[in-house]
Amino acid sequence: MIPDINPFLLFFASIFTSNILLTNFLGMCSFISISRDLSSSNGLGMAVTMVMTITTAVNWIVEKYILKPFGLDYLRYIVYIIVIAAVVQMLEMIIDRISPNLYMVLGIFLPLITVNCAILGVALFMQLRNYGFVQSVFFAFGSGLGWWLAIVLLAAIRKRVDNAPVPAPLKGIGITLITIGIMAMAFMGFAGMIKVQ
Amino acid sequence: MSEFKKILKKNLWSENQVLVQILGICSTLAVTNRMLNTLIMTLGVSLVTGFSNLTISAIRSLIPRKVRMITQVLVIAFYVIIVDIILRAYVPEVSKALGPYVGLIITNCIIMGRAEAFAQGNPPILSFWDGLTAGLGYMWVLLTLAFIRELLGFGTVFGVKVLPSSFTPWTIMVMPPSAFFVLAVLIWVIRGFIIRSEIKFTGGEKK
Repeated sequence: MIPDINPFLLFFASIFTSNILLTNFLGMCSFISISRDLSSSNGLGMAVTMVMTITTAVNWIVEKYILKPFGLDYLRYIVYIIVIAAVVQMLEMIIDRISPNLYMVLGIFLPLITVNCAILGVALFMQLRNYGFVQSVFFAFGSGLGWWLAIVLLAAIRKRVDNAPVPAPLKGIGITLITIGIMAMAFMGFAGMIKVQ
Repeated sequence: MSEFKKILKKNLWSENQVLVQILGICSTLAVTNRMLNTLIMTLGVSLVTGFSNLTISAIRSLIPRKVRMITQVLVIAFYVIIVDIILRAYVPEVSKALGPYVGLIITNCIIMGRAEAFAQGNPPILSFWDGLTAGLGYMWVLLTLAFIRELLGFGTVFGVKVLPSSFTPWTIMVMPPSAFFVLAVLIWVIRGFIIRSEIKFTGGEKK
């Protein structure tokens, strides 16, 4: 049963109201370590958005035409992670050929992405909630953009916080977590706008 | 024997994966509003970390360097599937509540981190112990977090009501932002202790 949700609604919901990072805590590790620097956050955000959209589309097809018909549900995690690793590897080669400039920006981030929880998380959510193909792609694209938005915002905020007088034990990770908490509360303010689960 | 003890102390306190290295909060922070879910989830993480460390360490000389990462991921995925199946068979309600987060143990940075940093260069039994204790260090931090969130958010501990009904539950504690705040405060307090003990240790001189 495919839920009756307009893909566009799903798209905006996954950027704002149910931001994959701020409400589901996915992709936190790279989020915290990379957000120290604005330009690399931008690059990573772009790479995550791209990989997320493509892998979710591929995983949807694999789920529907390979895993379901052959009753291989129990292999789901392994298959998903292999698909993600393969797509990342392929993307790396393609970008390297087509646009060396883009490769300079994204190159170092692509291998990191294989173990980014957000990518696998979106694929698992897509499967769990039974989204159709179009819904899945919009959901993945929106989640990627939401992740990108969140990391760029945090990187910009952290730049300012670096100059602020913070108690010594709270420096670094502590104040960053509090910043993320406040960001999450701000994003919760969008919740009244769209309601999608 | 002292090697085991040293690893235990390092993983539980001085190099705690969550408090000091800030690794692996991705998959588990989301379920910390209930203690039972947190306990089961972190137990799963500990077992997966231990056994995947054991396996990776046992076959470490057979893995070509180039495919190291993907081999590790596959070993981890194998154990996660076992954990998932066990949970679905024995505690179906919890498994349903955890939803996709069990699968997300695969991408938990702690497991990859321990495999990379420890299992690559150490014998199997020691690696197993390292993985298990790293998971336990992770467990006590997240259980503390869950205890605070559940107590203030629902007034319960492990689902048993402990606070009187006159207590107004703090709705914010149930919602995602509070996980960040509580973890931040926890890190603040513990780092404060560590800094203070360092100052005492070095006779009042800061590093």
